[in-house]
Amino acid sequence: MVGNTIHWFRKGLRLHDNPSLKESIRGADTLRCVYILDPWFAGSSNVGISRWRFLLQCLEDLDTSLRKLNSRLFVIRGQPTDVFPRLFQEWQTSQLSYEYDSEPFGKERDAAIQKLASEAGVEVTVKVSHTLYDLDKIIELNGGQSPLTYKRFQALISHMDAVESPAEIITAEVMRKCATPISDDHDDKFAVPSLEELGFETEGLATAVWPGGETEALTRLERHLERKAWVANFERPRMNANSLLASPTGLSPYLRFGCLSCRLFYFKLTDLYRKVKKNSSPPLSLYGQLLWREFFYTTATNNPRFDKMEGNPVCVQIPWDRNPEALAKWAEGRTGFPWIDAIMTQLRQEGWIHHLARHAVACFLTRGDLWISWEEGMKVFEELLLDADWSVNAGSWMWLSCSSFFQQFFHCYCPVGFGRRTDPNGDYIRRYLPILKAFPAKYIFDPWNAPESVQKAAKCVIGMHYPKPMVHHTEASRLNIQRMTQIYQQLSCYRGLGEHRAQPAETTDMLGHVFFFNQIELLEESKQIPITNLIGNNIMCFFYSGRGHAAVKRSSEDLTPGGSNKAQRQTSN
Amino acid sequence: MMKRVKGDEDACSSSSEGPTESCKKVRKLQPSKEKHQEEEEETDVDLCEFGFDWALLPQEILLNIFQFLPLLDRAYASQVCRGWNQAFHMPELWRCFEFELNQPASSYLKATHPELIKQIIKRHSNHLQYVSFKVDSSTESAEAACDILSQLVNCSLKTLGLISTARPSFMELPKSHFISALTVVFVNSKSLSSLKIDDTPVDDPSLKVLVANNSDTLRMLKMSSCPHVSPAGILCVADQCHGLRELALNYHLLSDELLLALSSEKHVHLEHLRIDVVSENPGQHFHTIRKSSWDAMLRHSPKFNLVMYFFLYEDEFGPFFREEVPITHLYFGRSVSKDVLGRVGVHCPRLVELVVCANGLRPLDEELIRIAKRCTQLSAIGLGECEVSCSAFVEFVKMCGRRLSQLSIMEEVLIPDHKYNLDEIHWEVSKHLGRVWFPDMMPTW
Repeated sequence: MVGNTIHWFRKGLRLHDNPSLKESIRGADTLRCVYILDPWFAGSSNVGISRWRFLLQCLEDLDTSLRKLNSRLFVIRGQPTDVFPRLFQEWQTSQLSYEYDSEPFGKERDAAIQKLASEAGVEVTVKVSHTLYDLDKIIELNGGQSPLTYKRFQALISHMDAVESPAEIITAEVMRKCATPISDDHDDKFAVPSLEELGFETEGLATAVWPGGETEALTRLERHLERKAWVANFERPRMNANSLLASPTGLSPYLRFGCLSCRLFYFKLTDLYRKVKKNSSPPLSLYGQLLWREFFYTTATNNPRFDKMEGNPVCVQIPWDRNPEALAKWAEGRTGFPWIDAIMTQLRQEGWIHHLARHAVACFLTRGDLWISWEEGMKVFEELLLDADWSVNAGSWMWLSCSSFFQQFFHCYCPVGFGRRTDPNGDYIRRYLPILKAFPAKYIFDPWNAPESVQKAAKCVIGMHYPKPMVHHTEASRLNIQRMTQIYQQLSCYRGLGEHRAQPAETTDMLGHVFFFNQIELLEESKQIPITNLIGNNIMCFFYSGRGHAAVKRSSEDLTPGGSNKAQRQTSN
Repeated sequence: MMKRVKGDEDACSSSSEGPTESCKKVRKLQPSKEKHQEEEEETDVDLCEFGFDWALLPQEILLNIFQFLPLLDRAYASQVCRGWNQAFHMPELWRCFEFELNQPASSYLKATHPELIKQIIKRHSNHLQYVSFKVDSSTESAEAACDILSQLVNCSLKTLGLISTARPSFMELPKSHFISALTVVFVNSKSLSSLKIDDTPVDDPSLKVLVANNSDTLRMLKMSSCPHVSPAGILCVADQCHGLRELALNYHLLSDELLLALSSEKHVHLEHLRIDVVSENPGQHFHTIRKSSWDAMLRHSPKFNLVMYFFLYEDEFGPFFREEVPITHLYFGRSVSKDVLGRVGVHCPRLVELVVCANGLRPLDEELIRIAKRCTQLSAIGLGECEVSCSAFVEFVKMCGRRLSQLSIMEEVLIPDHKYNLDEIHWEVSKHLGRVWFPDMMPTW
């Protein structure tokens, strides 16, 4: 019996730390690595040219690496549910392997493929390697619920078993007798397509600032670690103007596509820390970047509506404004706020922006200035941002818009001040908005305040060559903080209901277990029964204290008849 | 959710049958019930023996149950039978209503059904007592709200709230249109206790109408950002409405006369005064309030909360915090200088909550420590884009101790120094707070 195996690349576009592929090769006679390209994707989906280019570069790189092992990558157009039965038949497949995909859509797709595989008598091999941990185990540790705060998540992580070591890289030795049947017309049938073939216009396209592929990823990893060792400082780096620019040691897009294994990164960081600090236990903060990613994957995995506000049990229902015109201005970098516009320009041109830049533009779009739904922002990031995948993108947007995760909402980033503090000279603005190049540092963040003479000297008149600011920030933020306060006060006043219904589960070692249970109840309640909560100031004015303290007392004035919780529930819609 | 007794349907469908008839039917049906049904409806059987029927649940109990239901579920329940339909329309269930007025083009949320609105105006307008309108950013929604308001002629409202959930669309209406709708309520209600009309074009004459009809009952008035009101207009309210306990307005309406009126003998103790200090353009000038006026307020209402939101440019703080001011809750929405924060430490002894959204890049060590020392009531603090050295922060927390029930510090604020780094600081702070504490984190992805 010949063992013919197919390895299906989706993410995990690498040969190092690829346990499902390694397992698949063991005992197999033939190996074919496939990537399935959904033809509908390029045209209609919300994925921009930068993301496509990155992906294609990853695939090219894989193909090159596989060639060195006398193998090739098979790129196949179609939908997986159509493609696989055909392949199983044609190639007499006995085994299918792929890396576990924790996202709800991925799980559904994979369940369908598993069914097809079992119908065709094909064995399926799935291994976790896109995340540090088996996410289901984290959830199990949390009583079957996804953790809703990062602190909670960190507490759980510290109780998990150690991260599994990365699997060894696929080499000729690993391949051994396993071969890949390559036909003469392989390039015609299975080659990696070009951007043009996918229907993109590539004239005038600048070289990629972030070149895709495993080779590039591993080079960057080495550079990243070298730099850390040189600095010998594992603290979070202080933000400066330079941090805003794309770094040759940046790793986030490679982690997202799986060109770089998160586990490899984790272990290399650990080794380096131990070496430099002569200390055997690195703090959790060392893995900040990786753990945030892991956190969002964990919160999303069991929630198919994670990327929506409506019907999403972890998302606060906020009355965002529908305003396509304003959204377009933000998305296209025409807000009239140079700091925001420069960031959005860098995003569109290069596909990556610093996380504080993300905070700035996300805040501006949602709870800071425009009061537009985070779902809209998420869609724009999905199109343009190289490292935005479903879970992390949706989770980050909910976080930054204060729609979830109990994030305090009192603080709002100023689209002028924040930029000015980060980059006092304004070089970042000049680089991405050359039209403002000649403005002096004093006015470059708020050019509309510059006297006419200065504008004329800079050959850029605001309102003509560069738009006027689309909102009055002070006015907008004043209104919006009101809105957020109102919404969160409404949540707080359901404390009574929440306590009434919550199970009195006590766990002494896991911090805040009962608290979180209450929160979930609270959120659910608040969506079902909007309250006529009119007026009255809570004593706790500015903060969301879901903790149900006595602090959140309401003045008796605005209670509805009877002054009881029961009466509060009696309302509309 | 609702268990149905077999005889239920029959009892409900024939509306002419009296209760005893329905009971008979139920009793008749019992012996012929199949075994499994009997087991299923065990609890109902007991009740049935007493001649009980779901359709005959006493109205008070129905009312109690209906109060727990969201409106939509209540509406479904009202379709079950005539009895339940009657219960649905009981006045007690229509005391509170929140009209949600949204347009699909400007909002993601659903609106209150126009038919339901018609029904309410027709059958329940005289039951309404606590009403709010939530409108989205479209002018149509604001107009719809005014339309409803103008029809509330039979109402005796106690509470009225006009809430813009996005852009303040009430401001886009023709002023006269809005005013005439609003004054319908002012004139007819005569017992308004709470009024929330922020971001609306309400003006001095309409406030006069409010006062003329509701001066005895008005206890709460929120009217931030109402640009057509003048200091004289609000003074009229303070002079006449002696029961006023909560007031929210913009700084330009605040005057020494107003504070004195609120602290006159005839006036009840004020509980809550909220003031928004908002700059329209850089370099705006703000008047000062005499210390003696604040002192009078404090003497008259020693426990009152003074909540101030500042949305000013850094160089506009000149008139503020030069003398002692009884602020309890202080929010700086824009960047505020070290100097001003230093003055806050000196002049705000009653401070309970403090939020600093942004400062500069120089550490606020001294200022924070002074605040810990002098603001002995401080129990909540939030810091955004600021810098504080870890040692100074620990010192601050040590001095405040367990009275800090809310400590919201963005992670980037804390600057590690020779004494503490970021990983150590949370233990130190937790120790002094008496609970586990971490700074607020933002995704670093």
